[in-house]
Parts: sequence; C-alpha cells; structure tokens
Amino acid sequence: MDFLNAIVALLNFVVIPATSYGAQLALGALGVTLIYGILRFSNFAHGDTMAFGTAMVILVTWAFQSVGIHFGPLPTALLALPFGIAITAALVLATDKAVYRFYRRQKAAPVILVIVSMGVMFIMNGVTRFIIGVGEIRFDDGGRFIVNANEFKKATGLAEGLAFRSTQGLTILTAIIVVAALFWFLNKTRTGKSMRAYSDNEDLALLSGINPERVVAVTWIIAAGLAVIAGTLYGLDKSFKAFNYFQLLLPIFASAIVGGLGSPLGAIAGGFLIAFTEVGFTYAWKKVATYVLPDALAPDGLAQLLSTDYKFAVSFAILVIVLLFKPTGLFKGKAV
Amino acid sequence: MNLRNLLLFGFVALLIVLEGTTTAFGLFGGSWNTALGILNMGLISAILALGVNMQWGYAGLFNVGVVGFVALGGLAPVLVSTQPVTEVWTTQGAGRLILALLIGLAVIALAIVLYGRLRGRNRTLAILAVLIGGFFLFRAVFDPAVDVVESFQPATHSNLGGLGLPVLLAWPVGALFAAGAAWVIGKTALGLRSDYLAIATLGIGEIIIAVMKNEDWLARGVKNVISIPRPVPYEVDLQRDPGFIDLAASFGSDPVTASTVAVKLLYAGLFVVILLALIWASEKALNSPWGRMMRAIRDNETAAEAMGKDVTRRHLQIFILGSAVCGLAGAMIVTLDSQLTPGTYNPLRFTFLIWVMVIVGGSGNNWGSVLGGFLIWFLWIKVEPWGHALMGLITSGMAEGALKSHLQDSAAHMRLLTMGLVLLLVLRFSPRGLIPER
Amino acid sequence: MSSSRNPYKDDRGNKDRSITKSGGGELEYPTKGGKARPAPGGPFLAAENMTGGYGAADILHDCTLTVEKGQIAVIVGPNGAGKSTAMKAVFGMLNLRGGHVKLDGEDITALTPQDRVAKGMGFVPQVNNVFPSMSVEENLEMGAFIRKDDFRATMEQVYDLFPILKDKRRQPAGELSGGQRQQVAVGRALMTKPKLLMLDEPTAGVSPIVMDELFDRIIEVARTGISILMVEQNARQALEIADRGYVLVQGANKYTDTGEALLADPEVRRTFLGG
Ligand SMILES: Nc1ncnc2c1ncn2[C@@H]1O[C@H](COP(=O)(O)OP(=O)(O)OP(=O)(O)O)[C@@H](O)[C@H]1O
Ligand SMILES: [Mg+2]
Repeated sequence: MDFLNAIVALLNFVVIPATSYGAQLALGALGVTLIYGILRFSNFAHGDTMAFGTAMVILVTWAFQSVGIHFGPLPTALLALPFGIAITAALVLATDKAVYRFYRRQKAAPVILVIVSMGVMFIMNGVTRFIIGVGEIRFDDGGRFIVNANEFKKATGLAEGLAFRSTQGLTILTAIIVVAALFWFLNKTRTGKSMRAYSDNEDLALLSGINPERVVAVTWIIAAGLAVIAGTLYGLDKSFKAFNYFQLLLPIFASAIVGGLGSPLGAIAGGFLIAFTEVGFTYAWKKVATYVLPDALAPDGLAQLLSTDYKFAVSFAILVIVLLFKPTGLFKGKAV
Repeated sequence: MNLRNLLLFGFVALLIVLEGTTTAFGLFGGSWNTALGILNMGLISAILALGVNMQWGYAGLFNVGVVGFVALGGLAPVLVSTQPVTEVWTTQGAGRLILALLIGLAVIALAIVLYGRLRGRNRTLAILAVLIGGFFLFRAVFDPAVDVVESFQPATHSNLGGLGLPVLLAWPVGALFAAGAAWVIGKTALGLRSDYLAIATLGIGEIIIAVMKNEDWLARGVKNVISIPRPVPYEVDLQRDPGFIDLAASFGSDPVTASTVAVKLLYAGLFVVILLALIWASEKALNSPWGRMMRAIRDNETAAEAMGKDVTRRHLQIFILGSAVCGLAGAMIVTLDSQLTPGTYNPLRFTFLIWVMVIVGGSGNNWGSVLGGFLIWFLWIKVEPWGHALMGLITSGMAEGALKSHLQDSAAHMRLLTMGLVLLLVLRFSPRGLIPER
Repeated sequence: MSSSRNPYKDDRGNKDRSITKSGGGELEYPTKGGKARPAPGGPFLAAENMTGGYGAADILHDCTLTVEKGQIAVIVGPNGAGKSTAMKAVFGMLNLRGGHVKLDGEDITALTPQDRVAKGMGFVPQVNNVFPSMSVEENLEMGAFIRKDDFRATMEQVYDLFPILKDKRRQPAGELSGGQRQQVAVGRALMTKPKLLMLDEPTAGVSPIVMDELFDRIIEVARTGISILMVEQNARQALEIADRGYVLVQGANKYTDTGEALLADPEVRRTFLGG
C-alpha cells in the first residue's frame, strides 16, 4: 500500500508535471532548432513570439467567450489556437520580409542575425505588452480535471490522491500530435525534405532548384505555429505573463542545445531532460521518501534538493554537464 | 575625434542641457535634477557599454549575461561598506556558513581535479559520487547556519552584513567579483571543444540573479538592502551647512534644490573620472601590441593561431576584463542608488539594452560605446514620457472608455518598442554604428 | 571570417556554436536573372571568351570551352588554374565581365543556375556535393526536385549505373566512403535527366580501381547522348576518354585539341603529364 502511495505521489508531483512542462519546452525548442537549422542563428525573439502568439490566442478566446462560443469541456483557447497561429505566422512572415530578408540577401554573418533578432525581440516584447499588458492572465475555462484527487482517493482507497489536470493531458496529447505531424512533414513530404536539404547544404539545394525563400517562409510558419502552440499550452497549464515567456528563453535554448542544435529529435529529448531534472531537483521528496523508507530513515526536512527559484540553475547545470561529455549535444546537432 | 564625432557628442550634451533648462513642447523636463540623474546613469551606461564593447568589439565574444555581472558588482557595496551584523558572527552562524561555502568550493575543486585525472566510466562515477556526496555534506552544514543567520531580526537584517569599509572600496571589489565569475564561465565555456559562451552567460546571468534574490543571508534577497553608505555628503547635511546655504544663495537657488543638484554633481564628478580613466586605458590598450594582437585574432583567428597565438587564452583575458568593467559599473549603480534591489535586475534593461548601446554607438569603437551609452540611456528615460504625451494627443479626441485608458496605460511600453526600432534601423542603415571603428 | 568591405558579413571572429551555425552557402540567391535568347548554330555547349572572377581581379581570361552533343570534354591544368572557376562560370555561379554561354541553340548567359538546371544542365561541384544527413535515396530525390513528372524510372537507371547505391539507399550520404559519395553526387545530378553533365573532379580522393570504374560509368552516360564537361586531376586517363581536351593555365586556354592529340603532343606531355 505504501509503495503504491509512493508511486501515486511520484506520478502526481513529478512525472505528470514534468511531462507536460517537458512537452512545452520541447515544442518551444523545436521552433528554435528549426530556425537554427535553416536560418543559421538562434532566435532571441522566440520567447516573445510565444508571448505574442499566446496573447493573440487569449484575445480571440475572449472574443469567442463574449459571443458565447465554447468548446465543451475543453478550453476555448483551443478553438482560438488556429487564429492565433495565423496571426502570428503573418506577423513573423512580415518581419522576415521587412527585416531578416535583407540580411539573407547580403549573406550576412549569422551572428549579425542574432543581434537583429534581439531588435525584433524588443519590438515584439513591446507590442505584446502594448496589446495585453504585463499582468498575469488565466484563460483556461475548460474542465479542470481528467482525474480528480478526491475521486481518485475514493475509487482506489489510497491515501494519496492523483490529480491529472485536463490542461496537462491536453498538453501531452497536443505535443504528441504536433511532433508526429512535424516529423512526418520533415521526412515524408517534398517540402519537408527540401528544408532538410537546405539545412544540410545550402548551395547544393540551390543547384537542385530548391527555392530558398520558400524554404525560409515555410520554416517561419512552422516555427510560429510551434511557438504559439507551446505558449498557449504553457499559459493554459500555468498562466500567461509576458515576462515569464521571455524568461522561458533560457530553458528553451538549453533544451535545444542539450539535444544538439539543429536536431528536432534532440530538441524533444532535451526538453524532457531539462523538465525532468528541473522538477526532480526542486520537488520536496519527503512525501515519497516517507512512504518507501522505513520510519527510522524517513527524512525530517523537506528532502528538497534545491528551492524552485533555482530551477534555471538546474537546467544550466545539465547543459554544462552534457556539453562536457558530448560537445555537440545528445543528438549530434546537424540535420534540420 | 573628428568634427562629426564632436558634433554627435555635442548633440548629446545639448539634449541633457535642454532637459535641464527648458520644457519646450513638453519634450523636456526642465529640471536640473532629472537632467543630472540622466547624466549620471548615462555615465554608468557608457562604462557598461565600454565593458561589452571590449568583449564584442575587440574579440567578438557574445556576452548575454551582462545583467549577472552588473548584479554581482552590485553585491560589493553591501558586503564592503555596510556594518557587519556582529550578532550572527558566531560558530553556529556565520562561521559555519563560511565553512559550508569552503566545503562547496572544495567539492567542486575535487570534481575538477578528478575530471582531469581520470578517464571513461571511472571518471563519471567518481565525479558523480563526489558531487552528490559533497552536495549533501554542504547542505548539512549550510542549512542550519543559514537558519541562524536569517532568523536574526528578519525585518531589518537577516544577513551577514558587510565589513564597514568605505564604499568607494566596493567599486574595485565589484569588478573583482565579476572578474572571478567571468573566469569560471570563460574557463568552462571557452574551454569546451566548441564555443558556447552565449548560452553560458545567459544561464549564469539568471543564476546569479536567482542567488541574489533568494539568499537572504547574503544581501537580504528581495527584502533589499537600503541606506548603503555614500561616498558623497547627504543632502540634509548640506542643507544644514551654512557655507553651502550661502553658496546656494549666490546661485540664486534654494538650499533644498541646490543640495540635490550638488550631490548629483559630485557623483557625476566621480563617474567622469572613472569613465575617462577607462577610456584612456582602453584606447591605450587597443593601440598597444596587445590590442593589435586582439584585433589580429578577431580578424583572422586561423592565421593568428598559426602564428602561435593562444586564442583561447586571449579570449579568456578579454572576457574577464570586460566583465570586470561591468561589475564595476554594477557597484557604481548600487552606490548611486544607495540601495540594492535584486528584483530590478532585468535582462532587458541590463543586458540587451547595453547591447543596443554598443551596436548603435559603433562596435569596436570606445568613443562610439560612450556615445551610445548616453544616447540610448537618454532615450530609454525620455521615451516613456514622450509616449504618454503622444498617446494623450492621439486619444484626446476619443470618448472616455476602455480603449482610451488601455492606450494611455500602454504608452509605458513604447520604450521597448523604440529600442528595438532604433537597433534595427541602425543595424540596417548604419551597420557600423554612429562612430565606426577605424 | 570578417570582411572589412561588407559590415553585414563582419562576425568579429565569433564562432559561438550556441547561437550560430557555421557553413552557410556562398551562392548568391536567384533573385534577378534574365531570359534565354535564341542563338542557333554552333556546338551543343559553347562557353566563349569568358572573363571574370570573384572580386575585383579576374581569374578567367578569355576562356573558351565547347562540347558537342554526346561527347566528353575534359579540362586539365595545374592547381589554381581556374578550372573550378570556369565550371562555375559556365553554370552561372559567377558574374562574368565578358563572354557568353550558349546551350543547345540558346544564349543562356543571363540565366540563374536554377534556370540552367531547368534548361538541362547538371552540375556536380568539386566539394560539398551531397546532402550528408539525408539518405542516398533522398539525395537522389532532391536531385529531381524540379521535376514534376514521375522520376522513379530515372532513379532505377541511376541504381543500375551505380548498383552500390541501391544497397545503401537508406544510409545517410555523409556516412558513405569517398568513392560512394561521388557516385551519389553524380547520381543526384543525373536525376534531372540533364542534356549536359558537368563534373568537377569526380574522381578526387578515390582509389585507382574505383576511378577506372567511375570513368567507365561516365563513358556509359555519354553513350546515352548526354554531353559531358569534366575537370580532372588524373589528366592522362581523362584525356584518354576525352573527345576534346582543354589545358587551362592561369585562367586562359593554353592548349585545345582532341584528347588523343593532346596526349600525343610532346609539349603537353612534358609540362602537364609528367613526361
Ligand atoms: N570563392 C572564391 N573567392 C575568391 N577567390 C577564389 C574563390 N575560389 C577560388 N578562388 C581563387 O581563384 C583561383 C582559381 O581557383 P580554382 O578553384 O578555379 O582553381 P582550380 O583550377 O579548380 O584548382 P584545383 O585543381 O585545386 O581545384 C585561385 O587563385 C583561387 O584562390
Ligand atoms: Mg578545382
């Protein structure tokens, strides 16, 4: 019984939250890694693209709610998602046209593009705050739980409750669908393959008649889509606050780099690695330990390795350790 | 210094003078107090920009953790110049805490030694054992000590306090703190087989700030440390000083205004001395054999390497120097404010804004960085009121309502937008910056 | 690399892997490009009086290369003679200051490389000529990117020509041996069913046996009516199979004749073929 309780507590406080957080990071890191693979720079504006997209989703959600459109037990934001993606993709494409394309034509050094993306970051940051403000916004109006802690306790007779929030379930499910679709796209479609070819060898791709502007445009659209989905899921799961999204840049970059920049598979692995270590290190293990250890050994403190304020330190430490042993990341950063 | 550059600097000076003297068109504040406030932070911004320019401009090093070095430098005034909290300097309190920190250092040192000595699986296992064991040992010593320190008068203290030394001493110490951190980061990130400096600085920057926000024993965390000693007289003392009152009267000014202006001028004097010294040193270094070598490495690393230059070592050197300058500036900011408020260390403000200054001013040019520092800081301060005024104008015809108030409230965010625009415009149309590198 | 001329290209020696990916392309983007004009008569490919280079200094000086339908033309010459540059010029990857390129009765001087692919030219560059992380089959598919029709038959033909590729078709091209990679590169270029195949040192870094095999394959390709323009270091063997040979020195034609005649020329033998 105690052992079962321990497993339930572990699921409840570590596995489920880390899985959904990992899925959010993975989606964010996929966008960063795609841009890196095709456009050859790390996009500092990615966090703010997530924020902008989520803000759009929130606005559309509010519009829907105000005219009485709901999505049954699911959050209305899911209905708004396609609109948010469309608006964000349009903005990102416009940015590419107005800003990035010039440098691409110049064959500018990638590091110049990094600085350019800082400028874009400032602007997007300002625009997002301008539109929706700096406050914290909750926009999840769906059913709260797939599995409710009290009902779980009643049904199983265990002391520990298992809570599985619908946003968590939704996050994991959406992430699986999106990742599957992305991999199918990259590996099976002509456009997807042309993106990989372009990332592999730009000149040869040109010689093969692949249109770089098209490749770049498709990449931006996909990255925008991933950013909005990741941002919306994160916002549904926790809450929306523009500054928090900017701060997600670090764990997202860390995920992409740990996995191997340019490798989509790596981005996913990196996202989950970072999420699990962050949650694992900042979770107070006392509860689980009390269940599995004999009374004499039970910890008297919280058995928390680090306070949650240091979760960035954890992602960073993982990054350094992985790079020390595998300098190109878990999955050798290469193909798109 | 050609005419064009002199004009650019003259323009910035004019902006500050206008801010001090006129309220024309509602563009300026018309107060010497705010003008000097802008000047002082402009001076510090110029120093920060100099530091980042050393790294990016001279050596192409991409530091996106400037905020961390600034924060670390800001720690110095607290640790150097505030009074020690003697009550916690007991064997159970501060003594034990310092022991814990030493243990932590020893564990890391041991892990590094093992990393160098062992190979393969043994290495992994040994390092893991040392780190895990060391971590628990550290926490076992550290946690109770922190409890002792932090439970002492939480409302006013809960920290170790400082050494009670003159605050000016904290400036070089702040630079040293930042240099130490830079050494560790550079050793790791530049020593990896490929260069990972950007992500390393981004990460360490966040970690430093997290530590400063959460470790109350160090500098009270988000409870802030206030009334840090100042290197200049206090306004109230000046206002009581008959000599000063006479002096103020001779300028036709009341003592209260005169005292705030005088204090700001004194700070400005200090900062100008530091800034000039730094510019002089940077220019000197840049034109020395060392500086020529740095540029040779930057412009053609392969050739420099072939000539036997140790590129990594040079990069480490310049990274440490640049970070030290940022740390110095951080200590100066805290001294100017007389308080340490870790909550205000925002990467947008202390990392990316500095980058805007360097790029706009002119990468690789010290004078450019100084100009960029002043100009961008002036804009950063003034865009917000201008935004408000503009929004007021735009919305003046609107009916009262949610949209109007939303627009007026949002004007504050114009500054981020403006900074982005300025950066993009300069990068696009004047990619070498306002004062290009020669 | 930093460049004092173009500030947008100045990276100040930054090599930060966490923010930038090195090894971008050098080709200019196909934004502007003119139209082909009819120019009947003359050889199948006639690149005449080409003059130009990468920057201010010319590399090519009045260089002329021609190939007849279904024939093999070989360019030889010392390192740095401008052989690769001449190939790039023919393929439109270089801004020519003078001269013109005609293909199959059309003047294509103004066309971008992409448009030239559509006109029936295939090019295998000297280096970086495969997509390393993509499988052999995907490499071939990318070769056929501009084709709208079913290219499976062509792929079978390539596999028939290079049977080893069929065995390795699921393997990433970057994991193949040098010789196999060259076969992938040639195969990729053949996927558009080009009328003119341009090969820049296809045998670089392969063993003599594989080299002989590759030459045999190239002859086979030529037999199907495809014209071939090829740069070779192994001058003797290459001239043996050449219908036409060019000896290029410092960007200019030094000797031009049939392959046989060049091999027989004592002057050419002494200076370029090592006796
Ligand atoms: N991308 C480039 N930019 C500037 N100069 C170049 C470039 N590529 C080649 N060159 C110069 O053009 C000249 C001719 O080079 P090219 O590559 O055409 O020689 P090559 O005959 O193919 O030599 P090899 O036998 O070594 O392949 C050389 O002096 C070289 O330095
Ligand atoms: Mg060549």
